[in-house]
Amino acid sequence: MSSFSVTEPSKRIKWFAGTMVILYALITMIPLAWIMMTGFKTPPDSISYPPKVIFEPSLEGYVNLFTTRTRIAPDDLAALPPPETWYDEIVRDRNMVIAGPSKFGERFVNSVIIGFGSTFLSIFLGTLAAYAFSRFKIPLADDLLFFILSTRMMPPIAVAIPIFLMYRNLGLSDTHLGMILLYTAVNISLAVWLLKGFIDEIPREYEEAALIDGYTRFQAFYKVVLPQAATGIASTAIFCLIFAWNEYAFAVLLTSATAQTAPPFIPTIIGVGGLDWPAVAAGATIFLLPVMIFTILLRKHLLRGITFGAVRK
Amino acid sequence: MSDKSIDRVAAATPAPVARKIRGLSDRAIAWIFVAPTIFLLLAINIFPLIWTIQLSFTNYKANRIGREVKNIGLRNYERILTDSDIWLNMQATAHFLFWTIFFQVLIGFTLAWLINKKFKGNDLWTTIIVLPMMLSPAVVGNFWKFLYQPQIGLFNYIVTWFTGAEPSSFEMLGSVDLAPWSIVIVDTWMWTPFVMLICLAGLRSIPDYIYEAAEIDRASKLRQFFTITIPMVLPFLMLAVLFRGIENFKMFDLVVQLTGGGPGSTTELTSINLKREAFEKWRTGYASAYAIILFVTVFGLASIYVKALNKVKER
Repeated sequence: MSSFSVTEPSKRIKWFAGTMVILYALITMIPLAWIMMTGFKTPPDSISYPPKVIFEPSLEGYVNLFTTRTRIAPDDLAALPPPETWYDEIVRDRNMVIAGPSKFGERFVNSVIIGFGSTFLSIFLGTLAAYAFSRFKIPLADDLLFFILSTRMMPPIAVAIPIFLMYRNLGLSDTHLGMILLYTAVNISLAVWLLKGFIDEIPREYEEAALIDGYTRFQAFYKVVLPQAATGIASTAIFCLIFAWNEYAFAVLLTSATAQTAPPFIPTIIGVGGLDWPAVAAGATIFLLPVMIFTILLRKHLLRGITFGAVRK
Repeated sequence: MSDKSIDRVAAATPAPVARKIRGLSDRAIAWIFVAPTIFLLLAINIFPLIWTIQLSFTNYKANRIGREVKNIGLRNYERILTDSDIWLNMQATAHFLFWTIFFQVLIGFTLAWLINKKFKGNDLWTTIIVLPMMLSPAVVGNFWKFLYQPQIGLFNYIVTWFTGAEPSSFEMLGSVDLAPWSIVIVDTWMWTPFVMLICLAGLRSIPDYIYEAAEIDRASKLRQFFTITIPMVLPFLMLAVLFRGIENFKMFDLVVQLTGGGPGSTTELTSINLKREAFEKWRTGYASAYAIILFVTVFGLASIYVKALNKVKER
């Protein structure tokens, strides 16, 4: 490697580019940082003017997120036995007692069940289909693939009308199974496309060698192709998971009580006298953090996933 | 680990079944592998689409079970295409589409160009910049609503700090003039990294030797930018615009949480309007026709665009 190249930017340009990009990154992080900070504020701090950057951290938002509370008269409060736990104490400071757990835990668990369930199903079906599309001659394969992709172009609300009617007739509205099937149907287009790309890259010679050695097609698929495609499958899985995790339109229209996921629930967290912003912020933080972590883990495969494999690098 | 489970499955399979599986032709395997996916898509995508087409010719209302459903031909389509309110929604959507794509391309490309200068630590900062687009749009919309609050919101405070305007003198979400821009700002914040990533892939795909050759020919940096960089990134940029265009045409969750379509109907994008017709007014037949019109529009525009994109690629 020569130390000088005409395509290598000068030090000054690098310094300038670095400063501008870091500046943008910091500005773009303000909303996220702010929401995370708000989760640790008390309700009065969260709506103070001017906005408080320095404040005494409190877990009130998190306590409020996970509980429902009732206000009681100061006399009754004084008559109660002393608070047993730190969260009891926080709530009592506001002249309230904990009435029970909130629905957030349930909604979060629903998000996990539906997210992982649909991801597993999309990957399972998607891998099989992708392998077939990649290795066998299927009549009208290009048309089928295009058809699979085009299903992602429909606005979710447009699809939701007949799905709503269909689910109502089949008894699938507001069920985990219904949501898992729906998200699988939406995700499978992404899964098949991406996985086909990954499997295309595995040389056919590997399987052919295995077939000559006496493996059946199934064995060649399980023992040769699957391990080779593991990275591709894992990154596709995370994309499917993130989609199902973030989805809102279907969730808000098709679920209400038993199978509702967190995105439609978080904006409805209400405290005494309006929206309880610290609790909303705490919910958002808990909900968004896993995705942020996955994004960081996924950064090398990001482009391929979000562009349906149209951009490979 | 997978080896073991396979062996177990193999051992547990009764001999005749195993013989059958082994004897399956490639063609049979291909169909067994593809069939569940096709079946699922037929059941949850194609069947509903056909049903929507059928409903669009009727006066069906989903909240009135047992009411007689009449076939009313093309009346729904007629009413939609002559309804001036729907054209207002289309205009709001067009405004949203145009300006989000404009800003995202401008900022996204600039960022990609800067990151491609390969300064130290560019990977880390790229990852940080990308974070917003991976988050749940509904939750993002909800917390931007908090930032936009007129008296207490951080956004108004920062604007006040820079311009000296009273923090309560303007409402980003409550004012007819500002609300369409407030959704453009949030969408741009969220999706600029997407355009940036694709542009970056484009920039990185340009081989160094082209610039080296240009350098030998003594082409100025500016000239190199306009005759090499821009044309070579253009197909990528157009792809980014296509993806953003389709996504923003479908836009629902982010804007519903931010403005709910208001004030009035200034930010009522077509999807939000569709939701209102279908799930609040329960005009199912009418909304079905509306959905078909939207679908055909996206499909038509996207096909024309893809043709143009292929032409650019061939050049």
